[in-house]
Amino acid sequence: MWAILSILVENKPGILFKVTHLFRSRNFNIDSISVGVTENPEYSKMTITTYGDEKQVEQIVKQLDKMIDTVKVEHLDEHKTVYRELSLFKIKLSNANDSMEINKLANAYGGKVHDVKKDSIMVELTATPDQIQAFEELAKPFGIIDVARTGVAALQRSGA
Amino acid sequence: MESMTGAKALMTAMEKEGVKQVFGLPGGANLPMYDEFARCDIRHILVRHEQSAAHMADGFGRVSRKPGVCFATSGPGATNILTGIATAQADSAPMIAVTGQVPVAMIGRDAFQESDIIGMANPVVKYAFQPRTAAEVPEAVKKGFFIAETGRPGPVLLDIPKDVQTNKAEMIFPDEFKIQGYHPWADPDIANVEKAIDMLLHSEKPIILAGGGTIISSAFAELQAIAEALMLPVVTTFKGKGSFPENHPLSLGPIGMHGHAEANKMMAEADCVLAIGTRFSDRSVGTFEAFEKRLKIIHMDVDPAEIGKNQTAQIAVVGDVRASLRIMVKLLLQRAIKKTDETPWIKHVKETKAYWKENLKLHPGEMGAAKILRKLRELLPKESVVTTEVGQHQMWASLFYDVIQPGTFFSSTGLGTMGWGFPAAIGAKVAKPDVPVVDIAGDGSFSMTENSLATAVLEDIPVIVFLLNNSTLGMVAQWQRTFYDRRMNGVDQGHCPDYVKLAESYGAQGIRAQSMDELDRAIKTALSSDVATVIDIPIDPEEDVLPFVAPGTSLSDMILPS
Repeated sequence: MWAILSILVENKPGILFKVTHLFRSRNFNIDSISVGVTENPEYSKMTITTYGDEKQVEQIVKQLDKMIDTVKVEHLDEHKTVYRELSLFKIKLSNANDSMEINKLANAYGGKVHDVKKDSIMVELTATPDQIQAFEELAKPFGIIDVARTGVAALQRSGA
Repeated sequence: MESMTGAKALMTAMEKEGVKQVFGLPGGANLPMYDEFARCDIRHILVRHEQSAAHMADGFGRVSRKPGVCFATSGPGATNILTGIATAQADSAPMIAVTGQVPVAMIGRDAFQESDIIGMANPVVKYAFQPRTAAEVPEAVKKGFFIAETGRPGPVLLDIPKDVQTNKAEMIFPDEFKIQGYHPWADPDIANVEKAIDMLLHSEKPIILAGGGTIISSAFAELQAIAEALMLPVVTTFKGKGSFPENHPLSLGPIGMHGHAEANKMMAEADCVLAIGTRFSDRSVGTFEAFEKRLKIIHMDVDPAEIGKNQTAQIAVVGDVRASLRIMVKLLLQRAIKKTDETPWIKHVKETKAYWKENLKLHPGEMGAAKILRKLRELLPKESVVTTEVGQHQMWASLFYDVIQPGTFFSSTGLGTMGWGFPAAIGAKVAKPDVPVVDIAGDGSFSMTENSLATAVLEDIPVIVFLLNNSTLGMVAQWQRTFYDRRMNGVDQGHCPDYVKLAESYGAQGIRAQSMDELDRAIKTALSSDVATVIDIPIDPEEDVLPFVAPGTSLSDMILPS
């Protein structure tokens, strides 16, 4: 299963290393990771997505929770959580129509177009990983020159 | 508030924690700290290699349950100490390792004797501190000791840059502090303890598996009370060896790769296990799948992350295992549960135990491992502390040296660190100077830290090295004989030192024992001596440790002596 973990950590140097090292040393895998300071500068929030069966995810959460620098570890319910990832796609323009087609595609996914050049266009997309994947599939025929993705950021909905 | 250097603050903070001695080796980056030893009451015990300093601190910590402290300089001093730190982590031993570091401004510039010890040690410490200002030192020490000894104990590293040691600051020594993400204690769930009792009562073949956590939390009386009230046979992990008196009628001894035949047999037949303070190491339970498939598991552990890590438990009780067992004892008393009649299961257990005590084939020679270790047991007072090295002798100790007084047997069980036992014995003797301390050793393992004889003599710490000498890396040799068609590579130690002369050259006592009479005299001489003693006992290099559960198999697949 795909799991979204929200980890509140002390905002100190070296914590990211410790958390990511825990995944490596315990033979878990990181699917995506994003980190940012919270409203309280003493803490950072990491969102890590990972794959594993129920037992593995439970073990990841326990091991993270055991770390002294982690203040709170939550396994978020995908259905009660807003989660988004920012992605940037640089796409090839081969003919005059391509630009218009990619614009339409970007609009359909709520994306923004940047840096339109003669032979390439950049699309910024903030969406779920599934939606980004779907966009990528549709953009592939044009020729994807480069992609950058941030990893998921997630917050549980109020009252969830 | 008092102005003092970081080095002085370190010593003051350690004195406040009750530190009476440290084990270490000086170097350029920890000299300001060493300078303070002249001005404080902490005894410094000089080692010949930093790995031994960590093992000594480890031995001290396991026996006293207070963190042992070891010191090393930066760079190679710090990397040398890492094996000792990893050993303590693998066996949940409380320890404080203090390393010197290059000055803050030099960190990251590949300075002379710089190593990123925080980065290297992170996976093998419970926590690591690197104070960047002198004022941070007292709180780091306070927190370090608290983290090292509470919950599931472990090693804590304090890496202190040289300028942090020499700079002065107004020091605050806090009595209280907060570590937000650290929750070492959980209250055991009483309802789950109640359910555990019911599960044990409703099982036909229940058994107790006591692990190292039982020893760490000194839950000996509670364990015995429960075993006796419910008439449960007790097996242990190797690390839990001696958590239950091994001369008790319900004791079956350690299970596992080199467990007792009767313990492995009964564990393989049991239908419900009360597992206390164990991580279900592969060395203890064999294949994980085979183990949990046929058993109902009740798992008690202080570390919530252990629940479900290696084995799935039907009932879990998280909390200090002594606290959990106390609740169980109380509930048993309330419910007036006290079995007196032998169940068919207990009858079977006792018969099986008697059979194997009678029928396990032993080495026919006069100086077979079983006879040697039983002689040691016969002559050692029951309160003696025993450590072991790692290898065949360790597993013979598991099989043939019965621990009578709980909590007096220690070994490197998790990491399996050769060279651990002798320096750990020195640390143990410092913690308990009034009881005999014996390191059951093999020549391969002893060779790795034998230079600690210098420490034992210089610092007047009379421990006994009980050296089963087969001039070979015996356990590896046994595996090569068993699994590699006798292709013996890299195991013959060739020309070994004369260990009697070696001991004497360090100023210690060396005695060779080649017969049981000589061994008898040697042990008695060593016990009455006030100097460290090496008893060199030549044994048959072909003698195997049996029974043996081959790696990747289950406890029911024991290789027995033919």
